[in-house]
Amino acid sequence: MIMNNIKYIVVVLSALLSQQLVAQDTGDVLIKNGTVITITDGVKENTDLLIRNGKISQMGEGLTAGDNVRVIDADNMYVMPGIIDAHSHIAIDAVNEATDPVTAQVWVGDALNPYDVNVYRALAGGVTISHAMHGSANAIGGQCETIKHRYGVEDPEAMRMKGAMRTIKFALGENPIRVHGEGQSIVPNTRMGMEQVFRNSFAEGKAYAKAWKDYSSGKTKTPPEYSLQKQTMADIISGDIMIHCHSYRADEILMLMNVLKDYGVDKICFQHVNEGFKVAPELAEFGAYASVFSDWWAYKFEVYYSTAYNAAILTKNGVVTSINSDSRELIRHLYHEAAKTQKYGGLSDNEALKLITINPAIQLGIQDRVGSIEKGKDGDIAIFNKHPLSIYAVPQYTIVDGIVRFDINEDPIDMRIDVDPEEAVPAFMETLDHSEDDSCMQGVQGHHHSHSHKH
Amino acid sequence: MQRIIYTLVIISLSGILMGQGIEKAQGGNFLLQNGQVYTHDKGMIGADVLIKEGMIAGLGNDLSASDATVVDCKGLEIYPGMIDAGTKLGIAEVGAVSLTQDHNEHGEYTPHMQALTAVNPSSVNIPVNRVNGVTTVLTVPSGSLFPGTAAAIDLHGYTPQQMYAGFKGVVLRFPSSGKRGRWDRRSAEDIKKDSEKKLKKLNKFWKSAKIYAGIKANNGETDYNPQMDALVGVINDNEPLLIEVNKKEDILLALSWVNKSKVNAIFTGMSEGYRVIDSLVKYKIPVITGPILNNPARSSDKYDVGYSNAGLMSKAGIKVAIRTNETENVRNLPYNAGFAATYGMGWEEAFKAVTQNAADIMGIGDKYGSIEKGKVANLFVSNGDPFETKTQIQHLFIRGWKISMESRHTLLYDEFLERDPGLNVEK
Repeated sequence: MIMNNIKYIVVVLSALLSQQLVAQDTGDVLIKNGTVITITDGVKENTDLLIRNGKISQMGEGLTAGDNVRVIDADNMYVMPGIIDAHSHIAIDAVNEATDPVTAQVWVGDALNPYDVNVYRALAGGVTISHAMHGSANAIGGQCETIKHRYGVEDPEAMRMKGAMRTIKFALGENPIRVHGEGQSIVPNTRMGMEQVFRNSFAEGKAYAKAWKDYSSGKTKTPPEYSLQKQTMADIISGDIMIHCHSYRADEILMLMNVLKDYGVDKICFQHVNEGFKVAPELAEFGAYASVFSDWWAYKFEVYYSTAYNAAILTKNGVVTSINSDSRELIRHLYHEAAKTQKYGGLSDNEALKLITINPAIQLGIQDRVGSIEKGKDGDIAIFNKHPLSIYAVPQYTIVDGIVRFDINEDPIDMRIDVDPEEAVPAFMETLDHSEDDSCMQGVQGHHHSHSHKH
Repeated sequence: MQRIIYTLVIISLSGILMGQGIEKAQGGNFLLQNGQVYTHDKGMIGADVLIKEGMIAGLGNDLSASDATVVDCKGLEIYPGMIDAGTKLGIAEVGAVSLTQDHNEHGEYTPHMQALTAVNPSSVNIPVNRVNGVTTVLTVPSGSLFPGTAAAIDLHGYTPQQMYAGFKGVVLRFPSSGKRGRWDRRSAEDIKKDSEKKLKKLNKFWKSAKIYAGIKANNGETDYNPQMDALVGVINDNEPLLIEVNKKEDILLALSWVNKSKVNAIFTGMSEGYRVIDSLVKYKIPVITGPILNNPARSSDKYDVGYSNAGLMSKAGIKVAIRTNETENVRNLPYNAGFAATYGMGWEEAFKAVTQNAADIMGIGDKYGSIEKGKVANLFVSNGDPFETKTQIQHLFIRGWKISMESRHTLLYDEFLERDPGLNVEK
């Protein structure tokens, strides 16, 4: 009995210890003889890539590393930067704080779930980073978290991409109008109301910042009442937070840019932005980014006048554009989604691949660290057996910070790491319409009972 | 002014389809010359294709053009039009606008609801999807136990009857013991009870329908019952019954139900078909599976089970067709097939799964599914492999009509790529 207990303790301790190691781990890998798609500096044939301590340390021919360094033979394979998804809801336990049109004080980073098996499935599609976003129920939703797909770690802290830029979710159009206007009979019930919700919150944030400034400088004697919501708005105005705004129609996109101009805010990425193609010149002039679906449309009225050529039109008008998933399903094949821009608009290989690498990195403010294969950048790599834009491409290895997190040759069937003993054989989920497994409206009362598409 | 004249000329020359701004289809006879034609038995062959009165009138070399319009296909490839044997195309328009959704009628037993009746030939979804090479779809009602009767339609025509492609099938959504999504909070026990209850209901209804069909078979007298009347063909005349079933345990139950009720079954969905291969092989029931681009149904599943399922079934000798189960993105059919091809099915079988097999399973294989003399002229001309994402389709024929490659999506591209006026605001 005592012996058993000791054994148990030893097992638990060693498990904890190994988790600790994994959580802090960065690795060394040498990738030999691959076709390296750098994104920012062309394609290099028969090239080796050395990752040391989680960073890209060398690229060239005939590289060697010590005996302890894992070597991947990438002969006849394509080596590209890890894919980045600028719009996702995997690895989080809460999506929508759907109780008020403005919830800038809440943070998705408080609800990270490192056990989500969808992280592994994303890795199996070459995706190394995703933007875990608040949902689209509120005009001003919560702050989001950029995560690294370090599947296997159990500490939520280890999922964060430390030092990544802060981001916040905004939402326009049908979703916030339906939840708050129709659902609770409060503003916003129209696209007119939407504008005023934003103006009101920005005005509060500006006044709050001024009140603190006046207090700090001694101009006023009592400090303003603390408000995390107003502080967050102030942080957006000061440029510390990038806005990621769920949006569809051209008119509301123009509306928000006009509001932002009045407050000197210039960091914004429009999400979905199905009618972005209609105002591409205005987006380019503003310097706004666009993160779009490859071909989703017609799932609700505000996306009925869409085109799969959206990404191509935006790109050709000079808007920094990415292709995102917003779906546990699509995140598994973003390389294929990017390839659709070659069919719909004839983008070049590199233009298409930028949509899932350096461009989403720019949109998340992490382009100095990831999104291309360059010396000094993070060792986040996806390796394919064929060109990643081909339908016949199969991801072979996915590497995060120099650690191989997906290896098709060592890929067990069941990859759960938190097996519920009562669900050794887990429930079967019937396939519903693709959009019903979307997550933008998760956590909104009544949402799942209406059989309709709501991104 | 010049631009206005030019626009007027274009409009008067082309003719516009049903207010969608899409060029009208061109009728007549066509000779597709100098292309490579894909055939299921010989692969690519260098041959011309003659289209006459909506049908393929000839396949070979040195075909005479006579009055046919010549379409030069030099350097191009010609494939039979793809068939998506599971969609809501034509009976659903805008997802979240419920009044545009005509696939889900009230009632548990509504096999008499006809999808074909509700097909909207002017659906904006139709041109958007067909320009990717999908020429025929099965449009399928959804919802209750017997949601209605599905119908195969060609994706060109001005009335549902014109579009009808010769197959109708009653749909049975077999009682499911799976969860209906992540918000389904029923316990495993409750789910089991619910599905057992539903199976009892199905059997009770089926028993009555058999009695009704028996009376009909003997020309007996009975009150008209539209629900049961819709099943007479299935019970008396061996007409196929489309049975939607996905979970392993449910498939096994469905197999024994089919065996007992002796219906001519087509299984649809079948996401866990790969788990019951031996039983499937034994009963030889054809399968319409998909979407292939689909999340694994269980958290313990390997990430690629959706990709590999169709290939595992087809390799075991089961006749497999691939569907998208989509409405506005039926156009992704070649990519669903492409993923299946990549993950074990192989190109030839995957292409059959969206052409000849789909046609055979619907009983219209003598008219659809390949480029052969005497078949309906549903085909497309592309600059390469239709599964490859970047491949462009150049010409499209449906029932011999040369279909415009325009759709809402291309028209918006043409209008907005170089928007005019651009940034300038008139002062």
